[in-house]
Amino acid sequence: MREDFALWVYLTQGPLLWLTVTLGAYAVADWLSLRAGRHPLVNPVLLSVVLVGGVLVASGTGYATYFEGAQFIHFLLGPATVALALPLWEHRALVAKSALPMLAALVAGSVVAAVSAVAVVWAFGAPEGVVVAIAPKSVTAGVAMSITEAQGGDPALTAVLVILTGIIGALVVTPLMNALGIRDYRARGFAVGLASHGIGTARAFQVDPVAGTFAGIAIGLNAVMTAVVVPVVLGVMR
Amino acid sequence: MIGSLAVILGCQLLGEVVARGLGLPVPGPVFGMAAMVGVLWLRDRFAPPVLAGVEPAGRFLLAHLSLLFVPAGVGVVGNLDMLAAEWLPLAVALMVSTVLTLVVSVVTFRLVARMVGA
Repeated sequence: MREDFALWVYLTQGPLLWLTVTLGAYAVADWLSLRAGRHPLVNPVLLSVVLVGGVLVASGTGYATYFEGAQFIHFLLGPATVALALPLWEHRALVAKSALPMLAALVAGSVVAAVSAVAVVWAFGAPEGVVVAIAPKSVTAGVAMSITEAQGGDPALTAVLVILTGIIGALVVTPLMNALGIRDYRARGFAVGLASHGIGTARAFQVDPVAGTFAGIAIGLNAVMTAVVVPVVLGVMR
Repeated sequence: MIGSLAVILGCQLLGEVVARGLGLPVPGPVFGMAAMVGVLWLRDRFAPPVLAGVEPAGRFLLAHLSLLFVPAGVGVVGNLDMLAAEWLPLAVALMVSTVLTLVVSVVTFRLVARMVGA
């Protein structure tokens, strides 16, 4: 028994265990998603998070320990962003042709994303810190956190809201777009990248390569746009 | 595979240098993406043998984009108590705002696309 415990302590202190758990959970989640025909509700990010979260809670493991192993995967977000150049280059003619619709959707979507989120929490009478933290929720986490910080809010709360926004967008986008009868995958992808950053983009790539391409463009454009929009929206509100 | 990963990391490194060097609020990897577009242009324009296999690592990463968000997502599980005090306004705001943003973006895109014939 004491030997087992020593092994457990040894394993939980290195990155190997939690890296393996993360990859294992994703392998299971991705397999389930594939088996379900990429059904929008069988989302691999959400499933993996629930699986890993369950293991952490059951084993009483803290996030700092978990991240020792998971950081190697987290690091790959940067290279993956660079890799978005591949589909962008492949579809460059279609992208260039779509410049005006993208620009219009960017301005309208970015303003609605910030104003609607701020308006709802404000109408509920939530404290100002919460109103500030939710304003940039549609933008990729790093940028959203620095926007919140500059506005005097709590970047940690923003990080949580950003991830939840990503998962909500990834879950609802397919049924919503089908209900609206939108078959233009440029428009569908751009909307989900704008509203739900990388997690929405991961969903878009599952559905269609053109949707994924336009979602990737929207992440970058909306990061810049939101950095301009949020201070204005919060300024008007204050 | 290793060569293409090295090219991607090189582009990211360049992007970080540019972003930090100019003190811009845009993340380094975004400039890295622009650098990667430059690499792909070079490949198609001059077809140097060294850039022939520049795609596999990037294709692999994009095929498993969902995996890369798992560590950050797990962070949410540990921080759900941050939402406890204001869970109702936050839940309503996230749902309403995300759906509204999707609808407004996609409708605007389609309207303008139809207007300009794009």
